[in-house]
Amino acid sequence: MSIRVDGVSKSFGTFKALDNVSLDVPQGTLLALLGPSGSGKTTLLRIIAGLEWPDSGRIEEDGTDITDRHARQRDVGFVFQHYALFRHMSVFENIAFGMRVRKAPQADVKSRVDELLHLVRLDNLGARKPAQLSGGQRQRVALARALAIRPRILLLDEPFGALDAKVRVELRQWLRRLHDEIGMTTVFVTHDQEEAFELADDVVVMNEGHVEQRGTPEEVFDKPASPFVMDFLGNVNVYHGRVENGRAFWHGVPIDYPDYPHAQARAARVYLRPHELDIARTLSGGPSEAHQATSLPATVLRQTRTGPITRITCQPQEGGSELHVDLPSAAARQLGLQSGEAVSITPRHIRVFLPDPEYVI
Amino acid sequence: MTSKPRHAATATSPLGMLLITGAVATVGLLIVAPLASVFVDAFSNGPQAWWEALAHDPDTRHAIWLSLTVAPIAVLINTIFGVAAAWLVARFRFPGRSLLVSLFDVPFSVSPVVAGLALVLIFGRQGLLGPTLAWLAVKVIFAWPGLVLATTFVTLPLVVRELIPVMEAIGPEEEMAAVSLGANGWQVFWRVTLPNIRWALLHGVVLANARAMGEFGAVYVVSGHIAGATDTMPLRVEKLFQEYRTPASMAVASVLAALALLTLVAKVFIERQLETESQELEAARAPGADTDPTTGGLGP
Repeated sequence: MSIRVDGVSKSFGTFKALDNVSLDVPQGTLLALLGPSGSGKTTLLRIIAGLEWPDSGRIEEDGTDITDRHARQRDVGFVFQHYALFRHMSVFENIAFGMRVRKAPQADVKSRVDELLHLVRLDNLGARKPAQLSGGQRQRVALARALAIRPRILLLDEPFGALDAKVRVELRQWLRRLHDEIGMTTVFVTHDQEEAFELADDVVVMNEGHVEQRGTPEEVFDKPASPFVMDFLGNVNVYHGRVENGRAFWHGVPIDYPDYPHAQARAARVYLRPHELDIARTLSGGPSEAHQATSLPATVLRQTRTGPITRITCQPQEGGSELHVDLPSAAARQLGLQSGEAVSITPRHIRVFLPDPEYVI
Repeated sequence: MTSKPRHAATATSPLGMLLITGAVATVGLLIVAPLASVFVDAFSNGPQAWWEALAHDPDTRHAIWLSLTVAPIAVLINTIFGVAAAWLVARFRFPGRSLLVSLFDVPFSVSPVVAGLALVLIFGRQGLLGPTLAWLAVKVIFAWPGLVLATTFVTLPLVVRELIPVMEAIGPEEEMAAVSLGANGWQVFWRVTLPNIRWALLHGVVLANARAMGEFGAVYVVSGHIAGATDTMPLRVEKLFQEYRTPASMAVASVLAALALLTLVAKVFIERQLETESQELEAARAPGADTDPTTGGLGP
């Protein structure tokens, strides 16, 4: 089933949780709502589920307006952040709950629950209480419970947030396979970009109650639409620079920036991703004139290795904040830089965001 | 994981011995000895006399019957009010919420006699609602409805106070999950909310019942003290005592004291259950140990 969110706003007192948000989720999509806490992503998910009402705007399922429809009648399976399993019921009864309240025949309940227990690989644990399960098992019970009512939309609120790293990655891959098998329209909320990028077909980045960007994981990562997205994706060096005559200046190093051909200089924020920077040892006697013009002289402060990537932290020689450069660990070893060595850093690719024109005096 | 007393501070020091002796003496003198003397006095003429004092005096019989009627009605009203009020306070934020919560405690801080007098001022013949009640031919003061009102008033905080923290700790997520799975309001309440709060509710009910059975002050004012009509057990104890019929008085008192002991046992049992449940709640909130033997088998 497709979902359409049309101009939805929601306030809690003076706090504006959602500000005129519109969103289309085509049938069968696995979509991630990505954003920091307070960005409105969970509120949006709850409004789609009917657990929260919008102040204005509409929700449609397959083109039918369901804004006023109660959560009971929305054909939505919802998985809560902390699972919200019924703790006094067995795993079996948890999964059976949706069918029991619909007064389904006992035989149907039994066969459906057994089928779901098998699907989530918990075949022998039907008699357990939620307290006797591990976090990952509980999460799968919550999923089975949501699937038991044969929903046409699956909504998950921070589904893996409370799990430890290894289980999280396994469950993530498992959910992706499950989605591909069932093909149900699925929306999940996360603040973890890795999770969003690995799992989702489409990522919606939210901030302060509105959508900052929507796109495939590649689009969002490679072409962040706003400084917020760039910042939120993190792992980036941010500098205040300026643009002038089709060039951006970063620590005085000019970089081509054809988007701003005007002669009048303007302040701009310059974003450099650590893996899009080249680093080279500055040879004694100083760099050649040509090299110097396009690279920044800096001093190596330290190197940190995290698995396949080594991060080199440098201090620009003219001052300013530290700069991170990521290299494949093999390349870093080959380069063999020492702390205190002089290096020159050359950006392969930069992004420049100009402040909004209304702020320009 | 019950905390066992640590043996680091042994109680054999002179000061320790002194404190222990003091505590035992206080409890013995103030609680055990009076309670025991009630039973000793009640049975001083043998079980036969005890039984006759209870069963063969029509006024005493009536008092027992009245207590066994009034207390359950008051407890029932309290239970319904307590669940509804706790749900309101634990699940919703609204202006005046904390004022309302403080008002729940008024019966604890007001002297029961004052509460009884207040009820007379409102429901009595000269009271605020007096003319209306007279017109409806309903007698509240000096009749059993007054006893129910007074008993309900003094026991009002017991159930709701018990439920609010438990419902707040449990949170609304399970109820929301039930709604999203298609349950209607009653189904959510009976299948999810009530099972989750059942021990706390029972705890409140037991305490409210004990208080209702034993209430004296407020009931004294509204009852008019009419033997065979508006005397409850505590009032009967006092009246028999005033009439120098101490053995009969002690016989009724022994029933109340036995009820108190029963309440104590029930209370300890329920508190154990509550302890277990709160530990389970904590375990359920924890990220989960994740020595998860089955996630490994998630592969195709």
